[in-house]
Amino acid sequence: MSAPRNVKDNLKTDIVVYFVILALFGVQIALAYQNTQGAQLLVRMLAVALIQAGLGVMYFMHLRDEQRNLRLALIPATIFVMLMMNMIWSDSFRLLRMRPFAK
Amino acid sequence: MSEANVPMATHGGFMEAPPFAIPSKKLVMWLFLISDAVTFAALLFAYGYIKNASPNWPTPFRFSPSIVNVILMTFILVSSSLTMLIAIRAARAADKASAIRWTLITGSGGLLFALLHIREWLGLMKQGVKLFENPWGSPMFGATFFAITGLHLTHVLGGVVALTVVALGYRRGRYDSDDLETWSLYWHFVDLVWMFVVPMVYLLNVAR
Repeated sequence: MSAPRNVKDNLKTDIVVYFVILALFGVQIALAYQNTQGAQLLVRMLAVALIQAGLGVMYFMHLRDEQRNLRLALIPATIFVMLMMNMIWSDSFRLLRMRPFAK
Repeated sequence: MSEANVPMATHGGFMEAPPFAIPSKKLVMWLFLISDAVTFAALLFAYGYIKNASPNWPTPFRFSPSIVNVILMTFILVSSSLTMLIAIRAARAADKASAIRWTLITGSGGLLFALLHIREWLGLMKQGVKLFENPWGSPMFGATFFAITGLHLTHVLGGVVALTVVALGYRRGRYDSDDLETWSLYWHFVDLVWMFVVPMVYLLNVAR
């Protein structure tokens, strides 16, 4: 009879994660209406979004229940590609602040 | 000797266990989702690039109706992930009727999300936002906004179709609980992408 109890327990965990994700969304809304501006606000928003995504991937998509090898095959490569995309930022600043006709 | 003459029975000896101890279709879905995550990331980076390089980026999203609409859409999408989880549990417990019912409820949530999203689009278009034109500032706002939210909306609608097809196939016995679980990964992914679209596209551009 342990299997049904496990199923129920897991569902309880999922419901907790569901409410945590919604609560974190509430935090994002609150952040949006604070006086914080620019890069600081972006960093805070992305930090909250990363926590939400991490919870979703690990609990809703059950990646934490899969083999560690699968996690190692998927996550580091994705993070690496996304980190490499950050190279564009210097160019975006150049367009606005370092153009030849900028005063 | 032609290929047709090679005895097929010998191939059985070369069959390997599925990699990572998951069904191959689930692995393929994971690989697709990773590539899709990179696609969305590239679009969001491009959005950030254009916003960063534009001196007059508009901040058009008022609390009502835009942000209220986004709150409602997010609630529906995250809740649909929960109903999908319930469907998967039912499928694992061989409760076919319940699994189909919860999967279709999930699809209905996706459809409701899409309708709210289209309402949001129509509201912005009514205010004069077009692909390369808007009344407030940088003309690229519309192009980036519609590209990112449009790609996400396409994913949601694709997910609704896929979940409906798999649920109906599951009822007929064509698909099994593994198929339902594989497509649930896709649905959760669409939900997770929205977690990044909302702050980047909406919450960083609220009207104060």
